This record gives sequence, structure tokens and C-alpha cells, in this order.
Amino acid sequence: MSVLHEEAHQPIFVGKAKERLEALYPSFPTRQACLLPALWIVQQERGWISPAAMAETAAVLGVTPAYVRGVVTFYTMYHTHPVGRHFIQVCTTSPCHLCGSDDVVKALLKETGCGELGATSPDGRFTVTEVECLGACGFATPIMIGDDFIESVTPERVSGILAGYP
Amino acid sequence: MGFPHPPHPKETVLLSKHFGDAGARTYAGWVERGGYEGLKKALGMTPDAIIEEVKASGLRGRGGAGFPTGLKWSFMPKGDGKPHYLCCNADESEPGTFKDREIMRWTPHALIEGCAVACHAIGAERCYIYIRGEFTEPLRVMEQAVAEAYANGALGSNIFGSGKRIEVTLFRGAGAYICGEETALMNSLEGKRGNPRIKPPFPAAAGVFAMPTTINNVETLAAVPPILVRGAAWYKGLCLGNPKSTGTKLFSVCGHVMRPGNYEVTMGFPMKDLIYDLAGGMRPGRTLKAVIPGGSSVPIMNRAEAEAALCDYEGIVEQGSMLGSAGFIVMDDSADIVYEVYRLAKFYAHESCAQCTQCREGTAWTTKILERLLAGQGKAEDFDLLLELSEQMTGKTICVLSDSCAAPIVSGLKKFRSEFDAYLTRAKAPALTTV
Repeated sequence: MSVLHEEAHQPIFVGKAKERLEALYPSFPTRQACLLPALWIVQQERGWISPAAMAETAAVLGVTPAYVRGVVTFYTMYHTHPVGRHFIQVCTTSPCHLCGSDDVVKALLKETGCGELGATSPDGRFTVTEVECLGACGFATPIMIGDDFIESVTPERVSGILAGYP
Repeated sequence: MGFPHPPHPKETVLLSKHFGDAGARTYAGWVERGGYEGLKKALGMTPDAIIEEVKASGLRGRGGAGFPTGLKWSFMPKGDGKPHYLCCNADESEPGTFKDREIMRWTPHALIEGCAVACHAIGAERCYIYIRGEFTEPLRVMEQAVAEAYANGALGSNIFGSGKRIEVTLFRGAGAYICGEETALMNSLEGKRGNPRIKPPFPAAAGVFAMPTTINNVETLAAVPPILVRGAAWYKGLCLGNPKSTGTKLFSVCGHVMRPGNYEVTMGFPMKDLIYDLAGGMRPGRTLKAVIPGGSSVPIMNRAEAEAALCDYEGIVEQGSMLGSAGFIVMDDSADIVYEVYRLAKFYAHESCAQCTQCREGTAWTTKILERLLAGQGKAEDFDLLLELSEQMTGKTICVLSDSCAAPIVSGLKKFRSEFDAYLTRAKAPALTTV
């Protein structure tokens, strides 16, 4: 993880976010089991999961910050650095590759201005990444923009789809 | 039905009957379509009677392993005084497989009902449905359906006035193929990295939170209520001659076919008909080259094997592969087998949890060797090296992820050797420019 010059950490688990987390406690026999849901709350609130947010989550659930970091970095959907306003994932695993996902990747990189996979566009609007099998192989090529799941994307459809994400 | 296409007359629609019908998503809509009758019947039965009925139906796990469902349930201890758990594996991530997604999107109550029946059978008061993080739409549909099921007394502290408590909790994964492995899923649910666990102990002895646990796939659980309503004999009678593989099965067909989709047919259905008739066959001017039938984690079948196979657990083994999760990746003569094998190796290398040396190193090395071959820099000894690595990656690790990486490599080399040779001799131009 790169060195980050964070602004002072504003606590996340206060007010509504705290209520959301605490509402989960009765469903699990341990607090630690609420770690993945807690990390989702962090990401929904802040857009990514900073070291300070990991430390706060650790304190709330009674585990160590290092433990939380170990878990965060195991899963591909948690962002450990800021990403573009719209985070785009495009499936390129074999079934989609057979159906032309490489051309969808090219169109996305060009139309978003990201240039390469993993990069964020200069205006901060988009980040484009490859993702392994999205589980919608009959609807090749699926992409995700944030939480929106879009099926049967072709290079021709890309610019029209992106227009919906200012 | 062959969602998103209209039903085909050769299909036997049981689980997919209401795919595409938004009315089936609501509690009232599901009840109108005969829903929750299986749960009501189950509540009047003893757990043992339910287990016997499911055993007699011949239902086997639809997630890939094909373990008999009733037998799995019977392993749960009785009268041990510990909390029991049901885990529903909705972490569908196997390349080529997209059936559980449609069950959750269109018939969420079929799954909730199946979960409630299974909970009653195994003495569990809580079920966790672990849904992969990318399935945002299925998750939203399931959230609404679970809330409705609680509001209508199908879940909660006194389901349908029976005095039984059954709670369902939805759990969102966060992006990790390996969490579809049952013990990795349990670790993830406990707030850990998704590393598979050494077995034994098996989940029925010590599963999630170290308590007795049963874990079943979405499609398996959704098939249970109709079995209770219509009887084990009816379900068993749906098979086409092989009593070891019974009932209907959703086959996800994708890749180079005219009509990719989910087709529900009885076990034992000919693969030839599934590909050429139901899924519409090849694109004009193209011929079938290969099928990976089990999701990607099984040996590749060549055209002759695919055209001869019957689609059930035993039928596909007879033709050199495995049924797995029944996601058919179909390739026509335009497909580059070497590239597709490489792409799968890259997938497994990305998804390895890296606990076991054979997997962590093996998936990475095989990927690099295949990459080198595709870049026109292959060496004659690479094929033996790939086979030797594959041998080391098979049957030697905690879970079967590295076996899954080896299966397409070994079968690809065996059945499509000339395509590998073409890259080695540079008879074929490199498909990758850099290593």
C-alpha cells in the first residue's frame, strides 16, 4: 500500500452507520463475523478503506488493525486506495473472452480515457479493471459500474452506457 | 426454461418455470404459483422423515461435487444440544456457470423455502445465505424476499404457527472465487480470509463457528420443496434411465452457441441435443471443437466426446470429464485451445488463496509457461514440465483449486496437442506479444 497523506480520520461508525452495524450483531454468534459487512459499510460511506478506517473497524469489532488489513487484502472488491467516481469491472475470463471481451476492454479504456487497466481517468471519473468471471457467462460480456450490473455489453454500446455515469 | 429464451419443448421445467416472470418474486405471487406448500408439508413431518424422502429422491448436490443431499443431512448429530447451522452456497463463481443467479433473481422464495425445509431437517434455527459480492441484483431481490417471508410468517420465531424458529441471514461476499469452496466460505462468514480448511473435521461435526453445519448449493435447496410436495418417486422418475442421477438439472450453456442460456432438462439428456438443438448450435459456418462441461474445473471434452455424452454425473465421466456445476463452455473451430487453457490457468493463479505450495507456485508457473509458449518462446521440454507440474498439483492440496487448474491443462495437451505444437514450432503466429 502506498504512503497516504490522509486528512484527519473522521469516525465512520457513528449515527446511521453505527446503527446499521449494530443491527447485524444478533444474527451472528461472534463480533468478528461482522467484519465483512462492516467493511462494506466503510466502503459505502467513504468509497474506499483507508488504514485509519481499518483501525477504527478493528477497534469496533475487537480485533487488531493488522488482522483487518489481512482480511481486506484477501478480497478483490474492497478498495485499499481511492478509485474513480465510477469503478468499472469488465469480465475477461474464458467464456467472455470467447465472445469478444477483449474488444469491450479496448472500447472501455478508450472511451473512459483510462488508457490502461487499473488506471483512473485524468478527470477522476472512471477506473477500469479486469475482473474474473462475473457469473453471467450467458450474457457476455457483463460489466459492473459501481453496484450496477450490465449484461451483454458490446464495444458499440460502451459510449452510450458511459453517458449514464457523469 | 432456456432463459432468456422462450421454453423449448424438450425441456422439463421445474426450477426455471418462472424465470423471467417478475410476478413470481413476491411472496403473494409465489404462493399463487404453489409456493410454500413444501414447507408447510415439511412442518408436519419429522426431520428423519424429510431426510428419508430426500434420500429416496436421489437428489445430489448441484454445486459440483454431486454428493447425495439426504445422506449429507443425515450426518448432522442429533440431540447434541449445540446450535446447528445451514449455509447456502450462493457464491456462484465457477466460469461458465450462471444458474444460481437466475434462481435468486426470479424465484427467491423457492430458495428461502428450500432453506427453511433444510433447517427443519437438520435441526438448525439459522441459515446463512452467502451471496457473492458481485451479485448485486440477486442480493437486492433476495433482501426483499427475505423481508416478505418474515412479514408473512414463513421465517421468524414461529413459522406458520408451528412453534419452530428459522432465521435466514443474507451475507455478501467481497470478491474471491475460493469462497465457493465450502470451508473457505465458512471462514469468510466468520470474518476471516477465505482459506479452505483441512478436513476432517467435516462441516457436520465442526463447520461454521465450530458448530455442526450443513452446506448446500442454491439449486440443490430450491429442488427440495417440489420433492416434498410431489414425492420422491416422482422426482426419481424424471431421470432418463440412470437411477444414480435423478431429477432435473439446470445446464448453463455459454461461449460459441447461438442461444446461450440456462436450459433445464432431466438428468441423462444427450449433450448433442442440448448444444445443437436447445442452445441453437454453432454460428453459421462454424463447427464444434470442444466443450468444458463442469464449469472450467474439469477436463476438456473434444467434439466426439461431447456429441456422445449423456448429461448426468456418470454419463460425462464416461466421456472423459465431469458434470461439476454443469456450466458448459462451448468452443467452435475459431477457438484457440492453447489461449483458453492459458486464460483459465491465469484465472486459477489469480484466485489461489496461496496456502498450499503446489497451488500457489503451480498455478503461477503453469500460467507463465503457457504465456511463454503463446509468445512464441516455448521450449520443447515445456510440455513435460506442464504435465509434471500438473501431477504435483493434483490430489496434494487442502482443496481442489489446483486440481482444477491442472485438469484443462492435462486434457488440453492430451486432446489438442497439435495446437500446442503449432505455437512451439511457430507454425502459428504468437498470440501474445510480451511475456
